[in-house]
Amino acid sequence: MNKKQKLMLIRIIISLLMMVALFFIPSSGALRLVLYIIPYLIVGYDILIKAFKGIIRGQVLDECFLMATATVGAFALAIYENSGDYTEAIAVMLFYQIGELFQSYAVGKSRKNITELMDIRPDYANIEKDGKLEKVDPDDVGIGSTIIVQPGEKVPIDGIVIEGNSTLNTAALTGESLPREVQSGDEIISGSINITGLLKIKTTKEFGESTVSKILDLVENASSRKSRSEDFISKFARIYTPAVCIGALLLAILPPVVRIAVGLDAAWESWIYRALTFLVISCPCALVISIPLSFFAGLGGSSNAGILVKGSNYMETLSKTKIVVFDKTGTLTQGVFEVNGIHHNTIENEKIIEYAALAESSSSHPIAKSLQKEYGREIDRTRVSDVREISGKGIIATVDGHTVACGNEGLMEYLSIRSIPCHSIGTIVHVAIDGAYTGHIVISDVVKPNAAEAIRKLRAAGIRKTVMLTGDRKATAEKIAKELGIEEVYSELLPSDKVEKVESILKTKSNDEKLAFVGDGINDAPVLGRADIGIAMGAMGSDAAIEAADVVLMDDDPLKIAKAIRISQKCMRIVYENIVFAIGVKALCLILGAVGIANMWLAIFADVGVMVLAVLNAIRALFVKKL
Amino acid sequence: MKKTYNIAVDCAACANKMENAAKKTEGVKDCTVNFMMQRMIVEFEDTADRKAVMENVRKNCKKVESDAEVYI
Repeated sequence: MNKKQKLMLIRIIISLLMMVALFFIPSSGALRLVLYIIPYLIVGYDILIKAFKGIIRGQVLDECFLMATATVGAFALAIYENSGDYTEAIAVMLFYQIGELFQSYAVGKSRKNITELMDIRPDYANIEKDGKLEKVDPDDVGIGSTIIVQPGEKVPIDGIVIEGNSTLNTAALTGESLPREVQSGDEIISGSINITGLLKIKTTKEFGESTVSKILDLVENASSRKSRSEDFISKFARIYTPAVCIGALLLAILPPVVRIAVGLDAAWESWIYRALTFLVISCPCALVISIPLSFFAGLGGSSNAGILVKGSNYMETLSKTKIVVFDKTGTLTQGVFEVNGIHHNTIENEKIIEYAALAESSSSHPIAKSLQKEYGREIDRTRVSDVREISGKGIIATVDGHTVACGNEGLMEYLSIRSIPCHSIGTIVHVAIDGAYTGHIVISDVVKPNAAEAIRKLRAAGIRKTVMLTGDRKATAEKIAKELGIEEVYSELLPSDKVEKVESILKTKSNDEKLAFVGDGINDAPVLGRADIGIAMGAMGSDAAIEAADVVLMDDDPLKIAKAIRISQKCMRIVYENIVFAIGVKALCLILGAVGIANMWLAIFADVGVMVLAVLNAIRALFVKKL
Repeated sequence: MKKTYNIAVDCAACANKMENAAKKTEGVKDCTVNFMMQRMIVEFEDTADRKAVMENVRKNCKKVESDAEVYI
């Protein structure tokens, strides 16, 4: 509690104690009034002062004014009726203040909790100077400097490990609790925590450009992008208070006038009392506080799970997602090609891989990389000579004095060698040695282990349609789609075709259904931008993806897509619950107050109660672990 | 030109009032008050003198909510 809140609490307690004491002390007349005014002033003087200031500035409809009017009015009625019942006026003020105190405490507390949850900001960087470690502001460290990260410290700036081995905890970034091993030469991302060993890191970025700064920036600004629900509530609040006040005024004047007209007793006191009850319910605070708080908690919870939603508005759109379009490579598949089979080979497996790897040793193509990886040993370049690349077909090179040809069917045709076609899915590398066909190697992308479950979970989360887009061959694409349970596949697409495909799918859906596109963010920025909501995955360290997407998944686990949607659905459900609940209870109180069933006690209880419940409900959006 | 300022405000309804007051200030193109982060993001007109505009924003905010503060 801060100073202001503590003071408020003391005022509330003193006032409450005085009320209890006054209940047992018999008094009457003017003395009674004075005795009761003391606790009233103690608990409500700031409201009265603010109300007075408001009147001077012409801000008549602010909540302090309304509270002051309601309670002073109640006092006046009690004096007029000579009932001596001042408890009600004080109670209204007391409960109003208790409500305000709770609200400011709860909001402050949850703000602190949520920001702590997202606190990945490193406070310092260690620099070695004259053999000693010196702590400096990460902002002052230039690109190419060497920083030292000790066990237990946060990595402050992106860089490359130049010395040391360690394991990193990336949970704060990705939500993934499995530690990651790093050694010299590995890229390292700021925001992760060094667990075991001392690391020397050469920085590759400035602090402001590092992953941790980008993420912090994104998370902190997310709640500034307001959703439609928030706009609705702030508009509603602007109309609600004046409307209730006008209602109160009408209620105070019209019925008595009508009663006089038809010859009944005017009953002014009763109607003015009901009008004052109206004023007690006129404060829109429960509504106005609970909506941004729900979003804030939802955004905080999701970023703690490694899902960065860039704004409350995207949270809203994400919850309405009905169609999910995937880019295949890097999202459903690993984007890493592996040798998956060797067929019709006339020499042993190791030998054919060795020749192919050597022949392709000068190429940086992913296929060449995967051959080299399968070979697994150091490539001795001196064994390779006369490398000729036949564009779009493959490579011919001399290895250990043998002419080795590696490539597609086209290359074999070009060399007039009869190749054996392959029935497997993937990229086929035919190999011929000294003009004789030696067999072919099948290289294919590997489906992520969680991909099929991810699709199932998406369906369980209410996704109507899943679509896969890929530049791959039709046979490959369809096999993967079938394996994963994806309904629609569009294959052999160029990057520009993907935008068109997404546009044509967008046309087939209704406006209430939203389309999400999931990509790896590397070369699909235009598609990410075109979809209703762009989700980039495996974005850790990729600035382009963080820029282009609306939702950023820090790691590359496809299960997170369904989780993100579930989090947004939960968050929106809470938002709607709060809207309906708060407006509903207020409307009910207004009606009961107008017909004279609800008195001020009930009105203030309902008002404060709704606010407490709405705030507690909003905080529920933070808990996303089990989704 | 967008700039972010820290603010101190107690209630969410007051934050909305401040947002409206700031929006109506001359030289302000758009404004968002983020109650949860206690921040005000002001987008200025191209020709506006930022300092003078912010003084007015602060004055207007004080008018609608005397307890609130904008840290310029």
